[in-house]
Amino acid sequence: MAPSVSVREAYGKTLVELGRQNPDVVVLDADLSRSTMTHFFASEFPKRIFDCGIAEQNMVGIAAGLAASGKIPFASTFSVFIPGRCFDQVRMSVAQPQLNVKLVTTHSGITVGEDGTSHQAIEDLALACALPGLTVVVPADAIETVRVIRMAAATEGPFYIRLCRPGLPLVHNEDYRFELGKATVMREGNRATIIAIGTMVATALEAAGNLQQAGIDCRVLNMSTLKPVDEAAIVRAARDTGAIVTAEEHLEHGGLGSAVARVLARQHPVPVEFVAIKDTYAESGPPAELLRKYGLTAADIERAVRTVVERKG
Amino acid sequence: MTCFTGELLSSAVMGGIIDEQKPMMQQPGEIKALSLAEMQAIARKLRRHIVTMIGSVGSGHPGGSLSAVEIVSTLYFRVLRHNPRDPQWPDRDRFILSKGHAAPMLYATLAECGYFPVEELSTLRKLNSRLQGHTDHMLTPGIEMTAGSLGQGLSFSTGVALAGRLDSKPYQVYVLLGDGECDEGQVWEAAMAAAHFKLDNLVAIVDRNGLQIDGWTCDVMGLEPFNSKWSSFGWHVIEADGHDFTRLEEAFSQAKTIKGQPTVIIARTTKGKGVSFMENNADFHGKAPTPEQVEIALKELE
Ligand SMILES: Cc1ncc(C[n+]2csc(CCOP(=O)(O)OP(=O)(O)O)c2C)c(N)n1
Ligand SMILES: [Mg+2]
Repeated sequence: MAPSVSVREAYGKTLVELGRQNPDVVVLDADLSRSTMTHFFASEFPKRIFDCGIAEQNMVGIAAGLAASGKIPFASTFSVFIPGRCFDQVRMSVAQPQLNVKLVTTHSGITVGEDGTSHQAIEDLALACALPGLTVVVPADAIETVRVIRMAAATEGPFYIRLCRPGLPLVHNEDYRFELGKATVMREGNRATIIAIGTMVATALEAAGNLQQAGIDCRVLNMSTLKPVDEAAIVRAARDTGAIVTAEEHLEHGGLGSAVARVLARQHPVPVEFVAIKDTYAESGPPAELLRKYGLTAADIERAVRTVVERKG
Repeated sequence: MTCFTGELLSSAVMGGIIDEQKPMMQQPGEIKALSLAEMQAIARKLRRHIVTMIGSVGSGHPGGSLSAVEIVSTLYFRVLRHNPRDPQWPDRDRFILSKGHAAPMLYATLAECGYFPVEELSTLRKLNSRLQGHTDHMLTPGIEMTAGSLGQGLSFSTGVALAGRLDSKPYQVYVLLGDGECDEGQVWEAAMAAAHFKLDNLVAIVDRNGLQIDGWTCDVMGLEPFNSKWSSFGWHVIEADGHDFTRLEEAFSQAKTIKGQPTVIIARTTKGKGVSFMENNADFHGKAPTPEQVEIALKELE
């Protein structure tokens, strides 16, 4: 597998680049600047970073005020705390008034590992997607992260961007172009489509490689914009391949699986399976062991693909 | 006041001295209190556990675990009325760890008290372990609150103290907060509520080690004047050296005499206390020592 590259570092360094280009770019953190990697921005622009201490709700409110006054605030902490701890602040101060706040969180999902349930955001996408007007993006590698952060800075309106703790293998080339609201076809195939986000895109590609050896060709879509979701790409996948598997490091409820199922139910019902965490909190443990225990490996995706392929007959 | 001594109990339990059926906390005085020298030995032992546990799993929070050793061992070995054989004893005094990242310190203390075997400490943060990275009330005997998201413990403790009053229970509620944690607005919402409800059965302790993750608390988010913030919120404030058993015990005794308002003990501590290269070093907030560092640390803690 390709070597892993830190998406958090990609974020931190892109912030510095944006800071040089635009004096209105400001950054907020909540006592986690070395984890979210906003510390790069802090060293170059000490006057334009506001460490709010361990006070995430206040941080989101301050970001909203900055945005209302013409700044482009990027506010960062762990994905458990935004939107979780600040849900009403995100709802009332950011999403409803459509303020230009970029909420970029790190340490999402169970690959946080040993810190355990309190630090494993597995419901953040459900919360973020529930809010009208909030754009939700989950980059799949460092290259995509850079593109997404640049795009968010250049696009008016509130964003929730979800990053993870571990480095990720590169799934995109340097010439990759991110288009908001458009899924990327990562691989072609006609028996089923695996739709994945974030950390699960590389896993989906691994599964598709294994399935091909077994004579099952799968399309793989990277649905990095979770909201607004690329309905056309989902319907096309259903028409062309007749079976869908979704894969996400999140609860089955309210994330990618729910969004895809909604589109399929309305426009083109086909057999669908969900590779996701099943209505439970996880626990402490090494990331790889957690992924195995909670059903988020390539083997789990392969099993799901075989199930939907069988079901479509 | 003391009803229980950890090592004595551990050995007593193992040797079958204590009658399984007899909740011993209802017979205070039956057990001898640990001497100052014994307390110091226990503290060193707890520190060795902390360093060993975090070092062997390769992740965790040594700094804030080490700074709270004396505070929490004073509570468990000198102050609390509790029964490791019956963690759910309804009349037990409550200790609530709001700064849940200091879990290894509490696990070590609970194990030395006899809540679970000391050998289990080596399962910290491993898959299927009862000892989660942050405290989990559902899994671990003696853990009163699931924590890890800072700022929630004082509200929870206010609820526990209110229930104690409603039920005319004799128990006291002790809650340990980090100083960085006091950045959270919820802490001050709870501070206002506990004073409003005149909860004199509630004692908060702030581990005032002066450090959070991004640096010194005064640089990240100023807390001072800290004592007068608490007193203006209606709390009785006691300052104490958080590594001095005698001062701590005096503070806890004084807190018991305060009526009509909650008490906060601002315990001045050193983050990483006891391990030279961890002391006052923000890097060791959430970083495990390497095997070589563990060795050095254990030598320092002999
Ligand atoms: C709500 C919340 N925000 C952020 C964190 C991440 N975090 C864990 S520990 C910590 C610093 C805590 O500092 P302090 O309360 O002073 O603890 P101590 O120095 O005693 O370790 C932070 C920011 C968290 N656990 N919870
Ligand atoms: Mg501190």
